[in-house]
Amino acid sequence: MSEVPGELKYVSTHEWVRIDDNVATIGITDHAQTLLGDLVFVELPEVGQQVVKGEECTVIESVKSASDIISPLTGKISEVNELLSEKPELINEDVYGDGWILRIKLSEKAEIEQLLSADQYAECVENEDH
Amino acid sequence: MGAKTPLFQMHCDHHARMVDFGGWDMPLHYGSQIEEHHAVRQHAGVFDVSHMTIVDLTGEDVIAFLKKLFANNIDNVKQPGKAMYSCMLNEQGGVVDDLIVYYQNDHWCRVIVNAATRDKDIKWIARQASDFEVSIDERKDLSMLAVQGPEASEKLLSIFPENCRDDISQLKAFNSICSDEFFYARTGYTGEDGFEIIMPNSDVVTFWQKLLDAGVVPCGLGARDTLRLEAGMHLYGSDMDETVTPLESGLGWTVSLKDLDRNFNGRQVLENQKKAGIKTKWVGLVMQTRGVLRDHQEIFEGEEKKGEITSGGFSPTLGYSIALARVDKSLQNTCSVMIRGKSVECSIVKPCFVRNGQSCL
Repeated sequence: MSEVPGELKYVSTHEWVRIDDNVATIGITDHAQTLLGDLVFVELPEVGQQVVKGEECTVIESVKSASDIISPLTGKISEVNELLSEKPELINEDVYGDGWILRIKLSEKAEIEQLLSADQYAECVENEDH
Repeated sequence: MGAKTPLFQMHCDHHARMVDFGGWDMPLHYGSQIEEHHAVRQHAGVFDVSHMTIVDLTGEDVIAFLKKLFANNIDNVKQPGKAMYSCMLNEQGGVVDDLIVYYQNDHWCRVIVNAATRDKDIKWIARQASDFEVSIDERKDLSMLAVQGPEASEKLLSIFPENCRDDISQLKAFNSICSDEFFYARTGYTGEDGFEIIMPNSDVVTFWQKLLDAGVVPCGLGARDTLRLEAGMHLYGSDMDETVTPLESGLGWTVSLKDLDRNFNGRQVLENQKKAGIKTKWVGLVMQTRGVLRDHQEIFEGEEKKGEITSGGFSPTLGYSIALARVDKSLQNTCSVMIRGKSVECSIVKPCFVRNGQSCL
């Protein structure tokens, strides 16, 4: 069973969100990194780029396949994890810590209400597996 | 629920991520595909390849039959234990499957074909055999392990049976020995030294455990694919299939046209192709910039489409992406590949990237 920390929020497209005031840190879930296998390339988006909830904001590639990262929220990218360009494996090694992908300055804070709790996300993964 | 090899429980016990492969539940990796890949390049790894199809052909006409069935000529390997790589073709010259045949004697050859093509292959062989005195025995009672890497031979030494230990460890590449119900071949699909060992299903769990105890790393199908890609070895269904001939797939070296009397399936089509000139070639691509080349990405020279990637991926040994591709014969030196709408420059190289732990580039 994959790890789903209780203090984070989630979306069904397998991204996690950590809300810190009006900034959201985003990564992929343990479940997602397990499915993808070893990450070999992360296409880092530009800081300042506008992102929209539910739309693709960047791409990560594993030994197995390329996978879109879907932005869980709307806003402007305030920071990207530069370490990933040299060490994409950080996503496999520390998926909820050093493996974060990007930070968004939120423009639609109300969207936070629509994110899934850890329990809801765990259930969503469970249903996918069966 | 797919078919399971006798090692299924061992894979689960080692926390393998199991996936469906051609109807079989097989390990993709046991944690990290890249670490398994490096283990084979630098030390030794073991793959459960018991899903592959082992067929024993016996009878009066085995040799005559294989001369018809295979594009390569079995006469080239008529020494006991010698192995040969070949394709079997349909009447149109398309590749039904690729395989390895181990010649035993004039009345017995052992053939290994792919797992995903099992039913199709058995049917095809049976249909082709109708005019020959040949029995076809699909050996579901046997399992197969591939032990690969520069330390494979050394790690296996104490596991080989004492009475033929020297003979096995001194086998030359593409040779094999049968001892009791065990079959040892110095072949593989990784570009490293190593053995493929066939044994009764009832022995494989013990053999597997001995390998792990000796420090051989269990490796999944993921590493098997990146290793063979680096070695420039073909994957059936990606690099060739029934719609292309070996000549269009970089497998001209496996087609033997020398014996003019040998009328193998598809021969006429290949002869005609050769006369008319093959319009494509099979090459390697190297992309030193960031990103990953994938199967079916299109290849361009300027605005003009010049081919397609047949299998692509990330090379753990080289640290960048490589691919095998079928391209227009005229294409030289560089090309561009479309990756998600962006054009990326690649160099064109010989389709072999890594052998025996070393880059060939």
